[in-house]
Amino acid sequence: MASVERPKLPEREHLLPRGHTIASVSDKISSIVLARQLKYGWVLGLMVSFVLVMGLFFAIGCLFARGIGIWGVNVPVAWGFAIVNFVWWIGIGHAGTLISAILLLLRQEWRTSINRFAEAMTLIAVACAGLFPILHLGRPQYFYWLAPYPSTMGVWPQFRSPLIWDFFAVSTYATVSLLFWYIGLIPDLATLRDRAKRPFAQIAYGFLAMGWRGSARHWRRYQDAYLLMAALATPLVVSVHSVVSFDFAVAIVPGWHSTVFPPYFVAGAIYSGFAMVLTIAIPLRAAYGLRDFITDRHLENMAKVMLASGLVVAYGYATETFTAWYSGHEPEWFSIVNRATGPYAFFYWLLLLSNIAIPQLLWFQTTRRNVYALFAMALVINLGMWLERFVIVVVSLHRDYLPSSWGMYVPTRWDWFTFLGTIGLFTALMFLFIRLLPVISIFEMREMVEQSQDESHVDHA
Amino acid sequence: MFGILAEFTDAEELVAAAQRVYESGYRRFEAYSPMPVEGLADAIGFRRTRMPLVVLIGGIIGALSGYGLQYWVSAIAYPLNIGGRPLHSWPAFIPVTFEMTVLIAALFAVLGMLAMNGLPRPHHPLFAIREFDRATRDRFFLCILQSDPMFHQQSTRGFMESLGAAEVIDVPE
Repeated sequence: MASVERPKLPEREHLLPRGHTIASVSDKISSIVLARQLKYGWVLGLMVSFVLVMGLFFAIGCLFARGIGIWGVNVPVAWGFAIVNFVWWIGIGHAGTLISAILLLLRQEWRTSINRFAEAMTLIAVACAGLFPILHLGRPQYFYWLAPYPSTMGVWPQFRSPLIWDFFAVSTYATVSLLFWYIGLIPDLATLRDRAKRPFAQIAYGFLAMGWRGSARHWRRYQDAYLLMAALATPLVVSVHSVVSFDFAVAIVPGWHSTVFPPYFVAGAIYSGFAMVLTIAIPLRAAYGLRDFITDRHLENMAKVMLASGLVVAYGYATETFTAWYSGHEPEWFSIVNRATGPYAFFYWLLLLSNIAIPQLLWFQTTRRNVYALFAMALVINLGMWLERFVIVVVSLHRDYLPSSWGMYVPTRWDWFTFLGTIGLFTALMFLFIRLLPVISIFEMREMVEQSQDESHVDHA
Repeated sequence: MFGILAEFTDAEELVAAAQRVYESGYRRFEAYSPMPVEGLADAIGFRRTRMPLVVLIGGIIGALSGYGLQYWVSAIAYPLNIGGRPLHSWPAFIPVTFEMTVLIAALFAVLGMLAMNGLPRPHHPLFAIREFDRATRDRFFLCILQSDPMFHQQSTRGFMESLGAAEVIDVPE
């Protein structure tokens, strides 16, 4: 038996905080939240984000007051930045669920250090994403017409439309992600309740912990519920971006009408999501001294997932191009040629450079082990995935079947305000999360420390 | 009197103690740990949860209500004749049915877990015990409840002291 277990040990050692006990991991992670002082970097970061959030509110206020005409959208490009940003944000969200649910079911232990903040990232990204389809409705105040409710108009939603599927998929995803994140937090909130010194923190965390005591019966039901939630979230995460891709694939626009869209969108979502997890993890572990928990091996594993999903995305691009040529359908082939040589060609080549060419450096361990290179790579992939959605949405729409109705799309400053504003909203909520809730799952860390101690006892015996 | 609490420093000690308490005939007792401990629930005689059944029921309710809603809306309440296409166009109803299945099943999983665990529970006698704060950090506890038919203040306390606990504490109501 011992010979079967032994090869696993050296791997796990790299993932675990060295020399930590269950008490010290609890203290270390909860101290980030319970410390009284604010870090200057944190205050500065929140301030900058807050300014961007104010910009977002301003842009939304103007949108409500003056209408959608303040954006650059018009016929033929009626889906501009709003849909580009929606798909980009919701794709980023996918890594959190992948890490917390799929890697849990696959028993990938390295997820334990990164699942909590990746789940928070998912929630916040889905919140940013959800703003856009509502804002781009034209009359955003009536977005609730999407919900099936008995209205006095006697009108019901059209359930054969992917846009309604999208409404259900995104709202289910947001709700399930929130529930999954919250039940993951309950035992840690109890730890914070019991470790907090100030009465306000004790009451606030105590309220949120809902009286968790760590009883064995509770743990058993908790673990069953958590595993079942993971099993439900796994097909859900695949379905969400598939449904998003149906918004395009079901339409007959050249460059959209393609059966490769669902798998290629899901792979792209995981790709951009892992890039965003790295974008957050690298500064986070430096700022809060969490290198013991988020080790170089975690970063390397994430880089490998990024490389693999990036290759699926590259395959998607290749299939799209090949199918367009092989179909012999003239507008279809033109849409590809127009991407590469039309007025937006610069963005297409920049997309190929940042999503396919540069990430090939991840094949080399020296890149995967260099945090600066990895951070730069993550930013490049974030940009590349945003450009991918820009190319799909805008470049496909601006020249379709009828040359007389071709046109150009140029974003206005309100488009930029709204987009940068959601980036500010994302970082602001991320900063608040880091300060108010444990960024790493404390009880799962304790579980890992305990298990590894048991194994080393067996080993010495 | 709520019960008697014993504190342990190690998960294995707690499992061993829980086994002995169960073998001695106590049934109304509870173990507490800062993280899930393998075999602990079995040791206190709690073998199966009804979570899978609860989630299954939630999933079935979600699937039926999701599909039923779409059928009722598209074929009965608001039929739209588009080129004579069937009103009951079931393949188009699958995505929303799936999402509703997951949504209701997930809600049942979370609310079911909380309800069966009796949470939220703002106050509990154990929260008055200062030592019990470490149940969410690094200590392991076992509590025999006063409501157990075998409970007797002196003899139960003596028995718990023989389990190798670091400390044995009376828990007032």
